[in-house]
Amino acid sequence: MNIHGMRAIYLFELARWCRTLVQSVLSPVISTSLYFVVFGAAIGSRMTEIGGVPYGAFIVPGLIMLSVLTESVGNGSFGIYMPRYSGTIYEVLSAPLSPLEIVVGYVGAAATKSVILGLIMLATARLFVAFEIAHPLWMLAFLALTSMTFALFGFLLGVWATGWEKLQVVPILIITPLTFLGGTFYSIDMLPPVWQKVTLFNPVVYLISGFRWSFFGTADVSVAASLGMTLGFMAICLTVVWWVFRTGYRLKA
Amino acid sequence: MDPIISVRDLVKTYASGFRALKGVSLEIRAGEIFALLGPNGAGKSTLINIVCGLVTPTAGQVCAGGHDIVRDYRAARALIGLVPQEITSDAFESVWLTVRFSRGLFGRPPDDAHLERVLRELSLWDKRDDRILTLSGGMKRRVMIAKALAHEPRILFLDEPTAGVDVELRREMWAMVRRLRSSGVTIILTTHYIEEAEEMADRVGIINHGDIVLVEDKQTLMRKLGRRQLTLQLQSPLPAIPPGLADRQLELSADGLQLVYTFDTQAETTGIASLLRQIRDQGIDFRDLQTSESSLEQIFVSLVGSSR
Ligand SMILES: Nc1ncnc2c1ncn2[C@@H]1O[C@H](COP(=O)(O)OP(=O)(O)O)[C@@H](O)[C@H]1O
Ligand SMILES: [Mg+2]
Repeated sequence: MNIHGMRAIYLFELARWCRTLVQSVLSPVISTSLYFVVFGAAIGSRMTEIGGVPYGAFIVPGLIMLSVLTESVGNGSFGIYMPRYSGTIYEVLSAPLSPLEIVVGYVGAAATKSVILGLIMLATARLFVAFEIAHPLWMLAFLALTSMTFALFGFLLGVWATGWEKLQVVPILIITPLTFLGGTFYSIDMLPPVWQKVTLFNPVVYLISGFRWSFFGTADVSVAASLGMTLGFMAICLTVVWWVFRTGYRLKA
Repeated sequence: MDPIISVRDLVKTYASGFRALKGVSLEIRAGEIFALLGPNGAGKSTLINIVCGLVTPTAGQVCAGGHDIVRDYRAARALIGLVPQEITSDAFESVWLTVRFSRGLFGRPPDDAHLERVLRELSLWDKRDDRILTLSGGMKRRVMIAKALAHEPRILFLDEPTAGVDVELRREMWAMVRRLRSSGVTIILTTHYIEEAEEMADRVGIINHGDIVLVEDKQTLMRKLGRRQLTLQLQSPLPAIPPGLADRQLELSADGLQLVYTFDTQAETTGIASLLRQIRDQGIDFRDLQTSESSLEQIFVSLVGSSR
Protein backbone atom coordinates (compact mmCIF):
# COMPACT_ATOMS: atom_id res chain seq x y z
CA MET A 1 0.00 0.00 0.00
CA ASN A 2 1.28 3.46 -0.89
CA ILE A 3 0.78 5.25 2.42
CA HIS A 4 3.04 8.15 1.43
CA GLY A 5 1.05 8.67 -1.73
CA MET A 6 -2.31 8.77 0.03
CA ARG A 7 -0.90 11.08 2.66
CA ALA A 8 0.53 13.36 -0.03
CA ILE A 9 -2.87 13.82 -1.69
CA TYR A 10 -4.67 14.18 1.62
CA LEU A 11 -2.29 16.79 2.99
CA PHE A 12 -2.04 18.63 -0.31
CA GLU A 13 -5.82 19.02 -0.37
CA LEU A 14 -5.98 20.13 3.24
CA ALA A 15 -3.17 22.61 2.64
CA ARG A 16 -5.17 24.17 -0.18
CA TRP A 17 -8.05 24.54 2.25
CA CYS A 18 -5.87 26.02 4.97
CA ARG A 19 -4.71 28.79 2.67
CA THR A 20 -8.27 30.06 2.69
CA LEU A 21 -8.87 29.11 6.30
CA VAL A 22 -10.44 32.36 7.40
CA GLN A 23 -12.97 32.21 4.64
CA SER A 24 -13.48 28.46 5.14
CA VAL A 25 -14.29 28.93 8.81
CA LEU A 26 -15.93 32.32 8.74
CA SER A 27 -18.53 31.60 6.08
CA PRO A 28 -20.21 28.69 7.88
CA VAL A 29 -20.15 30.62 11.13
CA ILE A 30 -21.84 33.59 9.50
CA SER A 31 -24.39 31.56 7.58
CA THR A 32 -25.30 29.51 10.65
CA SER A 33 -25.71 32.66 12.69
CA LEU A 34 -27.98 34.12 10.03
CA TYR A 35 -30.13 31.00 9.96
CA PHE A 36 -30.55 31.16 13.69
CA VAL A 37 -31.39 34.82 13.69
CA VAL A 38 -34.04 34.28 11.02
CA PHE A 39 -35.40 30.80 11.69
CA GLY A 40 -34.48 30.27 15.30
CA ALA A 41 -35.27 33.64 16.83
CA ALA A 42 -37.62 35.47 14.45
CA ILE A 43 -39.75 32.60 13.17
CA GLY A 44 -38.96 29.97 15.79
CA SER A 45 -40.44 32.07 18.61
CA ARG A 46 -43.85 31.76 16.93
CA MET A 47 -43.51 28.02 16.23
CA THR A 48 -44.61 25.30 18.59
CA GLU A 49 -42.34 22.50 19.68
CA ILE A 50 -41.91 19.60 17.30
CA GLY A 51 -42.01 16.20 19.03
CA GLY A 52 -41.17 17.86 22.31
CA VAL A 53 -38.15 19.70 20.90
CA PRO A 54 -38.16 23.51 20.70
CA TYR A 55 -38.10 24.63 17.07
CA GLY A 56 -34.78 26.46 17.43
CA ALA A 57 -33.09 23.27 18.55
CA PHE A 58 -35.06 21.10 16.12
CA ILE A 59 -33.51 22.77 13.06
CA VAL A 60 -29.90 22.44 14.28
CA PRO A 61 -29.22 18.94 12.88
CA GLY A 62 -30.99 19.77 9.62
CA LEU A 63 -29.04 22.96 9.12
CA ILE A 64 -25.76 21.25 9.81
CA MET A 65 -26.65 18.49 7.34
CA LEU A 66 -27.60 21.09 4.77
CA SER A 67 -24.15 22.65 4.92
CA VAL A 68 -22.28 19.38 5.32
CA LEU A 69 -23.93 17.90 2.22
CA THR A 70 -23.29 20.97 0.11
CA GLU A 71 -19.70 21.28 1.32
CA SER A 72 -18.96 17.58 0.88
CA VAL A 73 -20.19 17.57 -2.69
CA GLY A 74 -18.42 20.86 -3.40
CA ASN A 75 -15.09 19.83 -1.89
CA GLY A 76 -15.24 16.34 -3.32
CA SER A 77 -15.92 17.56 -6.83
CA PHE A 78 -13.49 20.48 -6.75
CA GLY A 79 -10.64 18.33 -5.44
CA ILE A 80 -10.59 16.09 -8.51
CA TYR A 81 -11.98 18.50 -11.08
CA MET A 82 -9.22 21.05 -10.47
CA PRO A 83 -6.32 18.77 -11.48
CA ARG A 84 -8.37 17.44 -14.39
CA TYR A 85 -8.97 20.98 -15.54
CA SER A 86 -5.38 22.16 -15.10
CA GLY A 87 -3.91 18.91 -16.42
CA THR A 88 -1.88 18.13 -13.31
CA ILE A 89 -3.92 14.94 -12.91
CA TYR A 90 -1.29 13.26 -15.11
CA GLU A 91 0.96 12.99 -12.12
CA VAL A 92 -1.59 11.24 -9.93
CA LEU A 93 -2.50 8.85 -12.75
CA SER A 94 1.15 7.99 -13.41
CA ALA A 95 1.92 7.41 -9.73
CA PRO A 96 2.07 3.95 -8.15
CA LEU A 97 -1.32 4.44 -6.52
CA SER A 98 -4.34 2.15 -6.65
CA PRO A 99 -7.71 3.73 -7.49
CA LEU A 100 -8.83 3.17 -3.93
CA GLU A 101 -5.79 5.00 -2.60
CA ILE A 102 -6.46 7.95 -4.89
CA VAL A 103 -10.07 8.05 -3.72
CA VAL A 104 -9.12 7.78 -0.06
CA GLY A 105 -6.75 10.75 -0.50
CA TYR A 106 -9.19 13.07 -2.25
CA VAL A 107 -12.44 11.97 -0.63
CA GLY A 108 -10.83 11.65 2.79
CA ALA A 109 -9.63 15.25 2.62
CA ALA A 110 -13.00 16.53 1.40
CA ALA A 111 -14.84 14.61 4.12
CA THR A 112 -12.43 15.85 6.79
CA LYS A 113 -13.19 19.43 5.83
CA SER A 114 -16.92 18.75 6.01
CA VAL A 115 -16.68 17.15 9.43
CA ILE A 116 -14.68 20.11 10.74
CA LEU A 117 -17.21 22.45 9.22
CA GLY A 118 -20.10 20.53 10.82
CA LEU A 119 -18.45 20.76 14.22
CA ILE A 120 -17.84 24.49 13.82
CA MET A 121 -21.51 24.95 12.98
CA LEU A 122 -22.53 22.84 15.93
CA ALA A 123 -20.48 25.03 18.25
CA THR A 124 -21.91 28.18 16.69
CA ALA A 125 -25.47 26.89 17.01
CA ARG A 126 -24.87 26.13 20.66
CA LEU A 127 -24.32 29.84 21.22
CA PHE A 128 -27.85 30.58 20.03
CA VAL A 129 -29.92 27.70 21.38
CA ALA A 130 -29.61 25.21 24.20
CA PHE A 131 -29.67 21.52 23.29
CA GLU A 132 -28.19 18.27 24.45
CA ILE A 133 -26.78 15.57 22.23
CA ALA A 134 -28.34 12.27 23.25
CA HIS A 135 -25.92 10.00 21.37
CA PRO A 136 -22.69 11.93 20.70
CA LEU A 137 -20.85 8.99 19.16
CA TRP A 138 -23.68 8.24 16.79
CA MET A 139 -23.81 11.93 15.98
CA LEU A 140 -20.13 11.83 14.98
CA ALA A 141 -20.66 8.59 13.10
CA PHE A 142 -23.55 10.02 11.06
CA LEU A 143 -21.59 13.19 10.42
CA ALA A 144 -18.54 11.27 9.22
CA LEU A 145 -20.52 8.77 7.16
CA THR A 146 -22.57 11.45 5.46
CA SER A 147 -19.47 13.53 4.74
CA MET A 148 -17.69 10.59 3.19
CA THR A 149 -20.64 9.45 1.14
CA PHE A 150 -21.33 12.85 -0.34
CA ALA A 151 -17.68 13.66 -0.84
CA LEU A 152 -17.58 10.43 -2.83
CA PHE A 153 -20.60 11.57 -4.80
CA GLY A 154 -18.81 14.88 -5.35
CA PHE A 155 -15.73 13.01 -6.56
CA LEU A 156 -17.85 11.31 -9.20
CA LEU A 157 -19.36 14.64 -10.15
CA GLY A 158 -15.85 16.08 -10.51
CA VAL A 159 -14.83 13.18 -12.75
CA TRP A 160 -17.96 13.49 -14.86
CA ALA A 161 -18.15 17.28 -15.22
CA THR A 162 -16.77 18.66 -18.46
CA GLY A 163 -17.05 22.29 -17.40
CA TRP A 164 -17.33 24.58 -14.42
CA GLU A 165 -21.06 25.11 -15.04
CA LYS A 166 -21.86 21.43 -14.61
CA LEU A 167 -19.86 21.43 -11.43
CA GLN A 168 -22.02 24.25 -10.07
CA VAL A 169 -25.33 23.18 -11.47
CA VAL A 170 -25.62 19.69 -10.00
CA PRO A 171 -25.40 20.82 -6.37
CA ILE A 172 -27.84 23.67 -7.00
CA LEU A 173 -30.25 21.57 -9.03
CA ILE A 174 -30.14 18.34 -7.04
CA ILE A 175 -28.48 18.57 -3.66
CA THR A 176 -29.98 21.82 -2.40
CA PRO A 177 -33.63 20.95 -3.24
CA LEU A 178 -33.29 17.46 -1.82
CA THR A 179 -31.90 18.88 1.38
CA PHE A 180 -34.53 21.58 1.75
CA LEU A 181 -37.24 19.02 1.06
CA GLY A 182 -35.53 16.47 3.27
CA GLY A 183 -36.83 17.77 6.54
CA THR A 184 -34.29 20.43 7.45
CA PHE A 185 -36.95 22.81 8.71
CA TYR A 186 -39.84 20.45 9.47
CA SER A 187 -40.72 16.96 10.56
CA ILE A 188 -42.06 14.91 7.68
CA ASP A 189 -45.25 14.02 9.56
CA MET A 190 -46.16 17.71 9.27
CA LEU A 191 -46.62 17.06 5.53
CA PRO A 192 -49.86 15.91 3.83
CA PRO A 193 -49.99 12.06 3.65
CA VAL A 194 -49.21 11.86 -0.06
CA TRP A 195 -46.07 13.95 0.32
CA GLN A 196 -45.03 11.89 3.30
CA LYS A 197 -44.87 8.91 0.93
CA VAL A 198 -43.12 10.82 -1.86
CA THR A 199 -40.56 12.23 0.50
CA LEU A 200 -39.44 8.73 1.48
CA PHE A 201 -37.76 8.50 -1.92
CA ASN A 202 -35.52 11.36 -0.94
CA PRO A 203 -32.30 9.88 0.45
CA VAL A 204 -31.54 13.05 2.38
CA VAL A 205 -34.60 12.45 4.58
CA TYR A 206 -32.85 9.42 6.03
CA LEU A 207 -29.64 11.30 6.69
CA ILE A 208 -31.30 14.19 8.45
CA SER A 209 -33.63 11.90 10.37
CA GLY A 210 -30.78 9.74 11.60
CA PHE A 211 -28.67 12.73 12.49
CA ARG A 212 -31.58 14.31 14.37
CA TRP A 213 -32.14 11.08 16.21
CA SER A 214 -28.58 11.22 17.51
CA PHE A 215 -29.41 14.61 19.02
CA PHE A 216 -32.91 14.17 20.41
CA GLY A 217 -33.58 10.45 20.41
CA THR A 218 -36.60 10.85 18.12
CA ALA A 219 -36.71 10.28 14.40
CA ASP A 220 -39.00 10.42 11.35
CA VAL A 221 -37.81 7.07 10.07
CA SER A 222 -36.07 4.25 11.90
CA VAL A 223 -32.39 4.67 12.68
CA ALA A 224 -31.63 1.36 11.02
CA ALA A 225 -33.23 2.65 7.81
CA SER A 226 -31.16 5.82 8.05
CA LEU A 227 -27.94 3.91 8.47
CA GLY A 228 -28.90 1.43 5.78
CA MET A 229 -29.72 4.14 3.24
CA THR A 230 -26.49 6.00 3.91
CA LEU A 231 -24.40 2.86 3.58
CA GLY A 232 -26.38 1.81 0.51
CA PHE A 233 -25.76 5.14 -1.21
CA MET A 234 -22.09 4.90 -0.33
CA ALA A 235 -21.93 1.41 -1.82
CA ILE A 236 -23.48 2.69 -5.05
CA CYS A 237 -20.95 5.54 -5.26
CA LEU A 238 -18.08 3.14 -4.57
CA THR A 239 -19.27 0.85 -7.32
CA VAL A 240 -19.38 3.71 -9.80
CA VAL A 241 -15.90 4.84 -8.69
CA TRP A 242 -14.62 1.32 -9.26
CA TRP A 243 -16.14 1.37 -12.75
CA VAL A 244 -14.63 4.82 -13.47
CA PHE A 245 -11.12 3.57 -12.74
CA ARG A 246 -11.58 0.25 -14.46
CA THR A 247 -12.67 1.87 -17.70
CA GLY A 248 -10.59 5.02 -17.28
CA TYR A 249 -13.79 7.02 -17.87
CA ARG A 250 -12.86 10.69 -18.45
CA LEU A 251 -9.52 10.09 -16.77
CA LYS A 252 -7.58 8.11 -19.36
CA ALA A 253 -7.69 8.00 -23.14
CA MET B 1 21.57 -7.58 -20.18
CA ASP B 2 17.78 -7.46 -20.02
CA PRO B 3 16.25 -4.32 -21.47
CA ILE B 4 14.95 -1.89 -18.86
CA ILE B 5 11.88 -1.28 -20.98
CA SER B 6 10.44 -3.71 -23.42
CA VAL B 7 7.46 -2.91 -25.58
CA ARG B 8 5.86 -5.74 -27.52
CA ASP B 9 3.30 -5.45 -30.31
CA LEU B 10 1.78 -2.36 -28.76
CA VAL B 11 -1.42 -1.18 -30.39
CA LYS B 12 -3.45 1.87 -29.46
CA THR B 13 -6.78 2.64 -31.04
CA TYR B 14 -8.31 5.80 -29.57
CA ALA B 15 -12.04 6.06 -28.87
CA SER B 16 -12.34 8.03 -32.11
CA GLY B 17 -11.26 4.88 -33.94
CA PHE B 18 -7.88 6.35 -34.84
CA ARG B 19 -5.00 3.89 -34.69
CA ALA B 20 -2.14 5.85 -33.17
CA LEU B 21 0.15 2.82 -32.64
CA LYS B 22 0.06 -0.10 -35.03
CA GLY B 23 2.00 -2.81 -33.27
CA VAL B 24 5.12 -1.17 -31.89
CA SER B 25 7.95 -3.27 -30.51
CA LEU B 26 10.93 -1.62 -28.90
CA GLU B 27 13.59 -2.32 -26.32
CA ILE B 28 15.35 0.31 -24.26
CA ARG B 29 18.67 -0.56 -22.70
CA ALA B 30 19.43 0.30 -19.11
CA GLY B 31 21.47 3.46 -18.78
CA GLU B 32 21.16 4.76 -22.32
CA ILE B 33 19.79 7.95 -23.74
CA PHE B 34 17.24 6.96 -26.30
CA ALA B 35 15.76 9.49 -28.68
CA LEU B 36 12.39 8.78 -30.18
CA LEU B 37 12.28 10.82 -33.31
CA GLY B 38 9.25 11.43 -35.44
CA PRO B 39 7.08 14.10 -36.99
CA ASN B 40 4.03 15.53 -35.23
CA GLY B 41 1.28 12.98 -34.78
CA ALA B 42 3.61 10.01 -35.24
CA GLY B 43 2.57 8.46 -31.92
CA LYS B 44 5.47 9.46 -29.68
CA SER B 45 3.36 10.85 -26.85
CA THR B 46 0.92 7.99 -27.14
CA LEU B 47 3.74 5.50 -26.65
CA ILE B 48 5.17 7.36 -23.66
CA ASN B 49 1.77 7.89 -22.07
CA ILE B 50 1.01 4.19 -22.28
CA VAL B 51 4.25 3.28 -20.57
CA CYS B 52 3.52 5.83 -17.83
CA GLY B 53 -0.06 4.71 -17.28
CA LEU B 54 -1.89 7.73 -18.71
CA VAL B 55 -3.28 5.96 -21.75
CA THR B 56 -4.76 2.48 -21.77
CA PRO B 57 -3.19 0.18 -24.38
CA THR B 58 -5.54 -1.57 -26.79
CA ALA B 59 -3.24 -4.58 -27.24
CA GLY B 60 0.32 -5.59 -26.57
CA GLN B 61 2.58 -5.63 -23.58
CA VAL B 62 4.97 -3.26 -21.86
CA CYS B 63 7.42 -4.10 -19.10
CA ALA B 64 9.50 -1.61 -17.14
CA GLY B 65 12.31 -3.01 -15.03
CA GLY B 66 10.80 -6.44 -15.65
CA HIS B 67 7.39 -5.41 -14.26
CA ASP B 68 4.31 -5.50 -16.43
CA ILE B 69 2.92 -1.95 -16.49
CA VAL B 70 -0.67 -3.14 -16.14
CA ARG B 71 -0.51 -6.16 -13.84
CA ASP B 72 2.37 -4.93 -11.73
CA TYR B 73 1.82 -1.21 -12.13
CA ARG B 74 3.05 -0.23 -8.70
CA ALA B 75 6.53 -1.63 -9.14
CA ALA B 76 6.72 -0.40 -12.74
CA ARG B 77 5.56 3.15 -12.07
CA ALA B 78 7.74 3.60 -9.00
CA LEU B 79 10.75 3.40 -11.36
CA ILE B 80 9.50 6.00 -13.79
CA GLY B 81 9.54 9.78 -13.87
CA LEU B 82 7.63 11.66 -16.55
CA VAL B 83 7.94 15.18 -17.89
CA PRO B 84 4.93 15.41 -20.19
CA GLN B 85 4.74 17.47 -23.33
CA GLU B 86 2.28 20.01 -21.95
CA ILE B 87 3.26 22.31 -19.12
CA THR B 88 0.67 22.08 -16.39
CA SER B 89 0.89 23.42 -12.88
CA ASP B 90 -0.86 23.79 -9.59
CA ALA B 91 -0.77 27.53 -10.10
CA PHE B 92 -1.44 28.57 -6.52
CA GLU B 93 1.00 26.22 -4.85
CA SER B 94 4.59 26.95 -4.01
CA VAL B 95 7.38 25.19 -5.86
CA TRP B 96 8.53 23.51 -2.66
CA LEU B 97 5.12 22.12 -1.80
CA THR B 98 4.54 20.66 -5.26
CA VAL B 99 7.88 18.85 -5.40
CA ARG B 100 7.29 17.44 -1.92
CA PHE B 101 3.87 16.35 -3.10
CA SER B 102 5.37 14.59 -6.13
CA ARG B 103 7.84 12.68 -4.02
CA GLY B 104 5.15 11.48 -1.64
CA LEU B 105 2.85 10.54 -4.47
CA PHE B 106 5.41 8.05 -5.71
CA GLY B 107 5.59 6.41 -2.33
CA ARG B 108 8.89 7.84 -1.13
CA PRO B 109 9.41 9.12 2.39
CA PRO B 110 10.27 12.84 2.64
CA ASP B 111 13.89 13.68 1.83
CA ASP B 112 14.32 17.42 1.85
CA ALA B 113 18.04 17.15 1.14
CA HIS B 114 17.37 15.37 -2.13
CA LEU B 115 14.71 17.88 -3.12
CA GLU B 116 17.07 20.72 -2.36
CA ARG B 117 19.71 19.17 -4.62
CA VAL B 118 17.18 18.81 -7.44
CA LEU B 119 15.95 22.38 -7.09
CA ARG B 120 19.46 23.78 -6.93
CA GLU B 121 20.46 21.85 -10.01
CA LEU B 122 17.54 23.34 -11.90
CA SER B 123 18.22 26.85 -10.56
CA LEU B 124 14.90 26.76 -8.74
CA TRP B 125 16.17 26.91 -5.19
CA ASP B 126 15.70 30.69 -4.90
CA LYS B 127 12.17 30.34 -6.18
CA ARG B 128 11.14 27.53 -3.87
CA ASP B 129 8.63 29.63 -1.94
CA ASP B 130 7.18 31.33 -5.01
CA ARG B 131 3.79 30.37 -6.27
CA ILE B 132 4.08 28.59 -9.57
CA LEU B 133 1.80 31.03 -11.34
CA THR B 134 4.33 33.80 -10.79
CA LEU B 135 7.04 31.89 -12.68
CA SER B 136 7.98 32.28 -16.34
CA GLY B 137 7.28 29.53 -18.86
CA GLY B 138 10.86 28.25 -18.75
CA MET B 139 10.79 28.17 -14.97
CA LYS B 140 7.53 26.24 -15.03
CA ARG B 141 9.15 23.67 -17.27
CA ARG B 142 11.96 23.35 -14.74
CA VAL B 143 9.37 22.74 -12.05
CA MET B 144 7.93 19.92 -14.14
CA ILE B 145 11.38 18.37 -14.39
CA ALA B 146 11.97 18.80 -10.66
CA LYS B 147 8.66 17.05 -9.96
CA ALA B 148 9.64 14.14 -12.21
CA LEU B 149 12.99 13.80 -10.42
CA ALA B 150 11.62 14.21 -6.92
CA HIS B 151 11.23 10.48 -6.35
CA GLU B 152 14.62 9.53 -7.80
CA PRO B 153 13.33 7.57 -10.80
CA ARG B 154 15.52 5.01 -12.59
CA ILE B 155 13.85 5.82 -15.89
CA LEU B 156 13.08 9.35 -17.06
CA PHE B 157 10.75 10.21 -19.91
CA LEU B 158 11.10 13.65 -21.45
CA ASP B 159 8.35 14.33 -23.97
CA GLU B 160 9.54 17.12 -26.26
CA PRO B 161 11.55 18.67 -23.45
CA THR B 162 12.93 21.54 -25.47
CA ALA B 163 9.83 22.66 -27.34
CA GLY B 164 9.61 26.40 -26.76
CA VAL B 165 12.61 26.45 -24.46
CA ASP B 166 15.33 29.10 -24.64
CA VAL B 167 18.91 28.26 -25.49
CA GLU B 168 20.16 28.58 -21.96
CA LEU B 169 17.62 26.20 -20.48
CA ARG B 170 18.20 23.77 -23.30
CA ARG B 171 21.91 23.70 -22.56
CA GLU B 172 21.29 23.26 -18.84
CA MET B 173 18.80 20.54 -19.57
CA TRP B 174 21.26 18.57 -21.67
CA ALA B 175 23.93 18.93 -19.03
CA MET B 176 21.48 17.58 -16.50
CA VAL B 177 20.46 14.70 -18.75
CA ARG B 178 24.11 13.71 -19.13
CA ARG B 179 24.64 13.88 -15.38
CA LEU B 180 21.57 11.73 -14.82
CA ARG B 181 22.82 9.19 -17.28
CA SER B 182 26.18 9.00 -15.60
CA SER B 183 24.37 8.21 -12.36
CA GLY B 184 22.70 5.29 -14.13
CA VAL B 185 19.34 6.78 -15.06
CA THR B 186 17.87 5.66 -18.38
CA ILE B 187 16.52 8.57 -20.40
CA ILE B 188 13.98 8.40 -23.18
CA LEU B 189 13.26 11.64 -24.94
CA THR B 190 11.07 12.49 -27.85
CA THR B 191 11.81 15.25 -30.21
CA HIS B 192 11.30 16.38 -33.72
CA TYR B 193 14.48 18.42 -33.62
CA ILE B 194 16.92 16.15 -35.31
CA GLU B 195 19.96 18.02 -34.00
CA GLU B 196 18.80 17.14 -30.55
CA ALA B 197 18.78 13.42 -31.21
CA GLU B 198 22.07 13.78 -33.02
CA GLU B 199 23.67 15.63 -30.14
CA MET B 200 22.28 13.72 -27.19
CA ALA B 201 21.24 10.21 -28.00
CA ASP B 202 23.09 6.93 -27.77
CA ARG B 203 20.43 5.29 -29.88
CA VAL B 204 17.72 6.66 -32.08
CA GLY B 205 14.32 5.21 -32.87
CA ILE B 206 12.34 6.67 -35.70
CA ILE B 207 8.58 6.46 -35.53
CA ASN B 208 6.11 7.47 -38.19
CA HIS B 209 2.38 6.90 -38.52
CA GLY B 210 2.35 4.64 -35.48
CA ASP B 211 5.10 2.35 -36.74
CA ILE B 212 8.70 2.12 -35.66
CA VAL B 213 10.60 2.65 -38.88
CA LEU B 214 14.02 1.96 -37.49
CA VAL B 215 16.01 1.64 -34.28
CA GLU B 216 19.74 2.03 -34.49
CA ASP B 217 22.84 3.09 -32.70
CA LYS B 218 23.23 6.72 -33.60
CA GLN B 219 26.78 6.21 -34.88
CA THR B 220 25.86 3.16 -36.92
CA LEU B 221 22.86 4.91 -38.28
CA MET B 222 24.89 7.86 -39.41
CA ARG B 223 27.49 5.60 -40.96
CA LYS B 224 25.10 3.16 -42.55
CA LEU B 225 22.82 5.68 -44.06
CA GLY B 226 25.32 8.46 -44.36
CA ARG B 227 26.00 9.56 -47.89
CA ARG B 228 28.52 12.09 -48.95
CA GLN B 229 28.33 14.49 -51.76
CA LEU B 230 31.00 16.06 -53.86
CA THR B 231 30.02 19.34 -55.42
CA LEU B 232 31.99 20.83 -58.28
CA GLN B 233 31.64 24.52 -59.13
CA LEU B 234 32.15 24.77 -62.89
CA GLN B 235 33.91 27.55 -64.78
CA SER B 236 31.28 27.71 -67.47
CA PRO B 237 27.74 26.28 -67.54
CA LEU B 238 27.08 22.87 -69.06
CA PRO B 239 23.94 22.40 -71.15
CA ALA B 240 23.63 18.75 -70.05
CA ILE B 241 25.62 15.93 -68.48
CA PRO B 242 28.03 14.78 -71.19
CA PRO B 243 27.32 11.26 -72.55
CA GLY B 244 30.77 10.10 -71.39
CA LEU B 245 29.72 10.65 -67.77
CA ALA B 246 26.26 9.15 -68.08
CA ASP B 247 27.12 6.00 -66.09
CA ARG B 248 28.11 8.11 -63.08
CA GLN B 249 25.60 9.20 -60.44
CA LEU B 250 25.77 12.84 -61.33
CA GLU B 251 23.29 15.65 -61.08
CA LEU B 252 23.52 18.97 -62.82
CA SER B 253 22.10 22.09 -61.19
CA ALA B 254 19.49 24.12 -63.05
CA ASP B 255 21.95 26.86 -63.99
CA GLY B 256 24.39 24.25 -65.25
CA LEU B 257 27.14 25.57 -62.98
CA GLN B 258 27.18 22.80 -60.37
CA LEU B 259 27.86 19.15 -60.78
CA VAL B 260 26.91 17.02 -57.76
CA TYR B 261 28.28 13.52 -57.21
CA THR B 262 26.72 11.35 -54.52
CA PHE B 263 28.65 8.42 -53.12
CA ASP B 264 28.34 5.92 -50.33
CA THR B 265 30.77 6.23 -47.46
CA GLN B 266 30.53 2.46 -46.98
CA ALA B 267 31.75 1.64 -50.47
CA GLU B 268 35.21 0.20 -51.06
CA THR B 269 36.28 3.04 -53.26
CA THR B 270 34.61 6.36 -53.52
CA GLY B 271 35.32 6.71 -57.17
CA ILE B 272 36.33 10.32 -56.77
CA ALA B 273 39.74 9.97 -58.33
CA SER B 274 38.48 8.29 -61.48
CA LEU B 275 35.60 10.73 -61.73
CA LEU B 276 37.89 13.72 -61.59
CA ARG B 277 40.08 12.15 -64.28
CA GLN B 278 37.05 11.56 -66.51
CA ILE B 279 35.88 15.13 -66.01
CA ARG B 280 39.26 16.50 -67.04
CA ASP B 281 39.25 14.20 -70.08
CA GLN B 282 35.87 15.68 -71.04
CA GLY B 283 37.48 19.11 -70.96
CA ILE B 284 35.34 20.40 -68.14
CA ASP B 285 37.01 22.99 -65.89
CA PHE B 286 35.99 23.60 -62.32
CA ARG B 287 36.75 26.49 -59.99
CA ASP B 288 36.14 24.82 -56.70
CA LEU B 289 34.98 21.62 -55.06
CA GLN B 290 33.56 20.67 -51.69
CA THR B 291 32.29 17.55 -49.98
CA SER B 292 29.48 17.29 -47.46
CA GLU B 293 28.14 14.56 -45.21
CA SER B 294 24.43 14.07 -44.90
CA SER B 295 23.04 14.83 -41.48
CA LEU B 296 20.59 12.81 -39.47
CA GLU B 297 18.05 15.28 -40.73
CA GLN B 298 18.47 14.17 -44.32
CA ILE B 299 18.41 10.55 -43.22
CA PHE B 300 15.23 11.21 -41.31
CA VAL B 301 13.53 12.98 -44.16
CA SER B 302 14.41 10.22 -46.58
CA LEU B 303 13.18 7.50 -44.21
CA VAL B 304 9.98 9.19 -43.20
CA GLY B 305 9.39 10.09 -46.79
CA SER B 306 9.74 6.50 -47.98
CA SER B 307 7.44 5.08 -45.31
CA ARG B 308 4.56 7.32 -46.25
N1 LIG C 1 -7.15 11.28 -27.08
C1 LIG C 1 -7.03 11.11 -28.40
N2 LIG C 1 -8.10 10.75 -29.16
C2 LIG C 1 -7.98 10.57 -30.48
N3 LIG C 1 -6.84 10.73 -31.19
C3 LIG C 1 -5.74 11.08 -30.49
C4 LIG C 1 -5.77 11.29 -29.06
N4 LIG C 1 -4.54 11.63 -28.67
C5 LIG C 1 -3.78 11.63 -29.78
N5 LIG C 1 -4.48 11.30 -30.87
C6 LIG C 1 -3.98 11.18 -32.25
O1 LIG C 1 -3.00 10.18 -32.29
C7 LIG C 1 -1.93 10.55 -33.13
C8 LIG C 1 -0.63 10.47 -32.38
O2 LIG C 1 -0.60 11.48 -31.41
P1 LIG C 1 0.65 11.70 -30.47
O3 LIG C 1 1.00 10.41 -29.85
O4 LIG C 1 0.33 12.83 -29.57
O5 LIG C 1 1.76 12.12 -31.54
P2 LIG C 1 3.18 12.81 -31.32
O6 LIG C 1 3.43 12.91 -29.86
O7 LIG C 1 4.14 11.94 -32.04
O8 LIG C 1 3.08 14.16 -31.95
C9 LIG C 1 -2.25 11.95 -33.64
O9 LIG C 1 -2.77 11.83 -34.94
C10 LIG C 1 -3.30 12.45 -32.69
O10 LIG C 1 -4.20 13.30 -33.35
MG1 LIG D 1 3.71 14.49 -28.66
